[in-house]
Amino acid sequence: MIEKERQQLLDELLEKQKQGRLKPSDRFAIPCQQMPQQDAMERKNNVEEVTTGYSETQARLEAMRCLGCKTAPCVNGCPVRINIKDFITAIADGEFAKALGIIKENSLLPAVCGRVCPQEVQCQEKCTVGLKFKDVNKAVSIGRLERFAADWGDKQNEKDVPKIAAKTKIKVAVIGSGPGSIVAAADTARAGHDVTMFEAFHKTGGVMVYGIPEFRLPKKIVQKEIDVLEKMGVKIVRNFIVGKTRTIEQLMSEDGFDAVYIGVGAGLPKFMGIEGESLVGVYSANEYLTRANLMKAYKFGNGSDTPIIRSKKIAVVGGGNVAMDCSRMALRLGAEKVYLLYRRTEKEMPARVEEVHHAKEEGVEFHTLQSPQKIIGDENSCVKAVECIKYELGEPDESGRRRPVAIENSEFTIDLDAVIIAIGNGANPLIGQTTPNLKFNKWGNIIVDENCKTSIDGVWAGGDIVLGSATVILAMGQGRGAAAAINKYFAEKLSERSGDN
Amino acid sequence: MAESGFERNFIFGRVKKMSHKIIHKEQLSENVFAIDVSAELIASAAKPGQFIILAINSEYSERIPLTIAASNAEKGTIRLIWQRLGKTTTELADLKVGETIENIAGPLGKPTHLENFGLVVCVGGGIGCAPLLPIATALKKQGNKIISILGARNKELLILESEFAAISDELIVTTDDGSLGRKALVTEPLKEICQRKQKPDKVFVIGPAVMMKFCCEVTKQFDVPTDVSLNTIMIDGTGMCGGCRVEIGGETKFVCVDGPEFDGHKVNFDLMLKRLNAYKNHEQKALEQYKEHKCKIGLDKKTERKK
Ligand SMILES: Cc1cc2nc3c(=O)[nH]c(=O)nc-3n(C[C@H](O)[C@H](O)[C@H](O)COP(=O)(O)OP(=O)(O)OC[C@H]3O[C@@H](n4cnc5c(N)ncnc54)[C@H](O)[C@@H]3O)c2cc1C
Ligand SMILES: Cc1cc2nc3c(=O)[nH]c(=O)nc-3n(C[C@H](O)[C@H](O)[C@H](O)COP(=O)(O)OP(=O)(O)OC[C@H]3O[C@@H](n4cnc5c(N)ncnc54)[C@H](O)[C@@H]3O)c2cc1C
Ligand code: SF4
Ligand code: FES
Repeated sequence: MIEKERQQLLDELLEKQKQGRLKPSDRFAIPCQQMPQQDAMERKNNVEEVTTGYSETQARLEAMRCLGCKTAPCVNGCPVRINIKDFITAIADGEFAKALGIIKENSLLPAVCGRVCPQEVQCQEKCTVGLKFKDVNKAVSIGRLERFAADWGDKQNEKDVPKIAAKTKIKVAVIGSGPGSIVAAADTARAGHDVTMFEAFHKTGGVMVYGIPEFRLPKKIVQKEIDVLEKMGVKIVRNFIVGKTRTIEQLMSEDGFDAVYIGVGAGLPKFMGIEGESLVGVYSANEYLTRANLMKAYKFGNGSDTPIIRSKKIAVVGGGNVAMDCSRMALRLGAEKVYLLYRRTEKEMPARVEEVHHAKEEGVEFHTLQSPQKIIGDENSCVKAVECIKYELGEPDESGRRRPVAIENSEFTIDLDAVIIAIGNGANPLIGQTTPNLKFNKWGNIIVDENCKTSIDGVWAGGDIVLGSATVILAMGQGRGAAAAINKYFAEKLSERSGDN
Repeated sequence: MAESGFERNFIFGRVKKMSHKIIHKEQLSENVFAIDVSAELIASAAKPGQFIILAINSEYSERIPLTIAASNAEKGTIRLIWQRLGKTTTELADLKVGETIENIAGPLGKPTHLENFGLVVCVGGGIGCAPLLPIATALKKQGNKIISILGARNKELLILESEFAAISDELIVTTDDGSLGRKALVTEPLKEICQRKQKPDKVFVIGPAVMMKFCCEVTKQFDVPTDVSLNTIMIDGTGMCGGCRVEIGGETKFVCVDGPEFDGHKVNFDLMLKRLNAYKNHEQKALEQYKEHKCKIGLDKKTERKK
């Protein structure tokens, strides 16, 4: 469909609507609006964003596919309960500012979430339109509409700084600068508290800058959010490792912080424990992506000082978003062949459907029901090949996913020059090592109550350090919950104090 | 503690921008440089054996680890000593007093386990003498008897001799070419000391991986517990990337959070040596480009050697 046809269709639909003749069947007849994107063969040679976003007409057409269900089941699928029906109606009406305002009531980072949320298992899974077509891919594209509204807002160049309540003199320390921390900082600053954000790296944004690649989430989007925080008066301290530079105990007893939010994210990468994992050319996903994203190793020799091996044949082990990002980054770093090795089938892959789709389009070869058993090195201890074994699916395990079972004598080898292990992370060990009274579960995640409060008074926590590996939106949700609890706690304290007077 | 310092004012008060100014700079040998740089919070938290990670500027710089060779909490400075090797250490060597390093994070790693062991041998090879000095000094303070063995390829490359002399009960210097001290590798005197009537109770070795490997082979024969400080490649330094992993007694460990010091008899040095060379060709390229660039803008004039 070309833009002119879309415009025509939109005009017709609007006319019908005005006359009160627009029926659900008309809405069902609107074609799903495809996301404009860079051509696959072209984009695998650059790090520019893959998808370029809806035009206004496309957005309004897509929004008109929404039935405006009374019960709005989509909202129940959204972890932060965005008022989806209303914002989509506003887009259909061409009231983009209003749409953005509605989203922002619940989500602080729509430009990010619109791009990276797994909508197909959240809001879109529940959407009536998708159910009617028995295909979640035909649901209203809520995520793309969210992104449209956010990007539209950015273009208006009036990134408004939220109103700040009267200063309270309460000092809040926010540790880490990932999505949970950004929201916790914003919400506590809005309540008038004096907020300082501490980040270990020399750049802020957490996984959104060092993990998720530029081609999926442009770094300038994250930077804008950080800029807003600074405009709100949040102080941002980089290169500050809580637990090492200062401990939480010191921040609270010596430096005068009244409350702390811990959002340090996931930590030590998991390895498979197979032979050859220490060979040169075996990377954890974190190392590979950090080199590529944070230090911009893709520009090595053209500005960047951080090297990365430019391998020709790479295997990536895993089936999540992280594995997809590594595979696609490897292509962009010049790999000729990228094999994705996953123990189960595509159906069980935890990655977003869109990422799987994009990875395939770009030429990543999916090898499912296979997993490496051994990595083989050459005389210089560089990776030369992997030995894999084939799997079949057996009985479902506790999580309901069918358990992969190795098939005997099915070993085979693939020649390679690098292997990236993307099978998840353990918990970040630093805070635990240096905060004796903080309680952790057996996996090393911080234990919190329903308000994200930890075992220490005045200390809250959220995001991956609490949930294990989660998502941007869940981390944000916890940041928001923790901030609300912090604000409530001090509001009560302050009113008690004024009551005393 | 420097309560009223600049850095504190930034973080806990109202100063706008934080950076780390070079207060003092020395050239210790042809390729070894030392600076005192302001890093107040790190200075007040640092313990022997810990290190920092720095990036000279923010957008494209590589992050490299350097040991905190000394720290002065009153002045709010830390001392870094490094060998000019590749691009980043060369660029660092070109910075002048008054200039700044944008990013320094630390102190990282677990501090050295200090106690009164009795007789301790401290073996430093080349640039390894720099990270060894604060450890030897602290061990001396704990009441240990210290024998120091310092090795270098030649006289010009030997550093910190007088500093070690001041804290050692016995000091042995070796050079490969005999231009200073004994013409030997550090392993020779180390072996002799292990054969003495009073066997050492503990050995610390810091230097090139090969040297640490051979020292450990010697002390293993005599069953003397030996700690080494590993200088793997690092990225974040906070236990996130796994780039610094080493094999210790068959288990994967992370140098930045589990180390940098480990039981030398358990380290798989052969593997570590190979991993260190992983980026050799790339690093060479970065250095050449940097030199070429300096040449073009006329910065290739040799830095004056300071006393
Ligand atoms: C490659 C990759 C792709 C992903 N793709 C998706 C996706 O498509 N959709 C999705 O929803 N989720 C995705 N995720 C998951 C998502 O990014 C995380 O769940 C989310 O970022 C967690 O947020 P957080 O608030 O816990 O903080 P994080 O983003 O984990 O950030 C934590 C921050 O704390 C800092 N820190 C750590 N220790 C300290 C300390 N001691 N002192 C100071 N600072 C410290 C870290 O440097 C880091 O900046 C992906 C993750 C990865 C790695
Ligand atoms: C915990 C720790 C503490 C350290 N303390 C010091 C110190 O106090 N003083 C000091 O001079 N160096 C120290 N190092 C080593 C230092 O980090 C490297 O020399 C530095 O990263 C080289 O950077 P470059 O860009 O100049 O050289 P690159 O271009 O990265 O490398 C140049 C050459 O150095 C070798 N090399 C690269 N990285 C390392 C490394 N980590 N260790 C040894 N050789 C390496 C390369 O193989 C190459 O041949 C330490 C390393 C660690 C892990
Ligand atoms: S479920 Fe689908 S159709 Fe119904 S309100 Fe939500 S987005 Fe619209
Ligand atoms: S340097 Fe990244 S885990 Fe140690």
